[in-house]
Amino acid sequence: MSRITRRRALGVAAGAVAGLAVTGTAVARTAGTAGGADHTGHAGHTGNSGKAPADPAPFDEMYEGRHIQGGPTDGHGGHGGHGGGHSTGYTVRIDGEELHVMRNADGTWISVINHYEPLATPLATARAAVRELQGAPLVPLTLV
Amino acid sequence: MTVRKNQAQLTAAEKRRFVDALLELKRSGQYDTFVTTHNAFIMSDTDNGDRVGHRSPSFLPWHRRFLIQFEQALQSVDSTVTLPYWDWTADRTPAASLWAPDFLGGTGRSRDGQVMDGPFAASGNRWPINVRVDGRSFLRRDLGAGGRQLPTRAEADSVLAMETYDMAPWNSLSDGFRNHLEGWRGVNLHNRVHVWVGGQMATGVSPNDPVFWLHHAFVDKLWADWQARHPNSRYLPAAGTTNVVDLNETMRPWNDVTPADMLDHTRYYTFDRAA
Repeated sequence: MSRITRRRALGVAAGAVAGLAVTGTAVARTAGTAGGADHTGHAGHTGNSGKAPADPAPFDEMYEGRHIQGGPTDGHGGHGGHGGGHSTGYTVRIDGEELHVMRNADGTWISVINHYEPLATPLATARAAVRELQGAPLVPLTLV
Repeated sequence: MTVRKNQAQLTAAEKRRFVDALLELKRSGQYDTFVTTHNAFIMSDTDNGDRVGHRSPSFLPWHRRFLIQFEQALQSVDSTVTLPYWDWTADRTPAASLWAPDFLGGTGRSRDGQVMDGPFAASGNRWPINVRVDGRSFLRRDLGAGGRQLPTRAEADSVLAMETYDMAPWNSLSDGFRNHLEGWRGVNLHNRVHVWVGGQMATGVSPNDPVFWLHHAFVDKLWADWQARHPNSRYLPAAGTTNVVDLNETMRPWNDVTPADMLDHTRYYTFDRAA
């Protein structure tokens, strides 16, 4: 199975949508923003300077049979640098696959699996995603 | 003239035509482009960076434009179809007719959350979940899981009473009507409904569930109701705000529409009743 990164997936998605002429080039700009913000983001690579709450602790554990990991995004963002990089500076993985997470301004966290219910920490967010997945693999955004 | 109706008042024929139009957009591939667009925005809209579709003042005009585009796509299939809205303050249990097999189908089974009845059940082979973040390709729901409750009318009214449209810092921390309606702060209206439905509706690819449109059509109606209650209140911010769509700035992805263009919904549709 070929696996493409979320950054590439989003870029391809933008092209597909733009091709349908309903959304135009701006989606490509969205993708560019998402993909590139780890280099141009407001707070630089460390991400959490200034007013943001303190960096949450790294974690690496087995939870309900899944390997969950979290920690500061490395300088190159790993294979999915966009996900943790664009505003959080923090990357979460489930069985090695990146879970897109986002830090809210109040310091709470959400993920693409639980996008409307903030949780206190990346660890809580990773565990919630594991429960929600019910054993299903996390995959990069699948394209139509 | 497009009239958006309360879903609870639709006739059997109206439900059938709405469902058929959804299934045709799905079959043609158009439907999934809307899911992709939504997910791209939800993943890139951030509190301290560029934000357009969510956690920002343009949450409401952005979704209004998004729904108009989707409604036009439905009407290209069947010109009689309009978007119904789901008043979740009134139809607040899984027993509501919204979730019956002749409309959206019900909650998911306990084992894996899979929706087993209605036109969007995986068994019908007409609703594959293609734009997804995990391996599951079937529609899932967990209506009211964990005893969660939908917002009440009193809670909605408490938000509609807020006079100021939005406030700095124009994100998920903001006080004011927009962020309380969106739900990052306070009694939590819009966000809570996504969570109550569960399944794909709780994720970034939430438009995979057709109820997304009925939910947002009601959020959109609440904006119109708020405007009627506060005729002297205006969209904010007016100008010069970094990372935020001001009143007369264009919104991605369309780049040809501003919040100002979206303030008067009657240019595009009306509702069957006031709140």
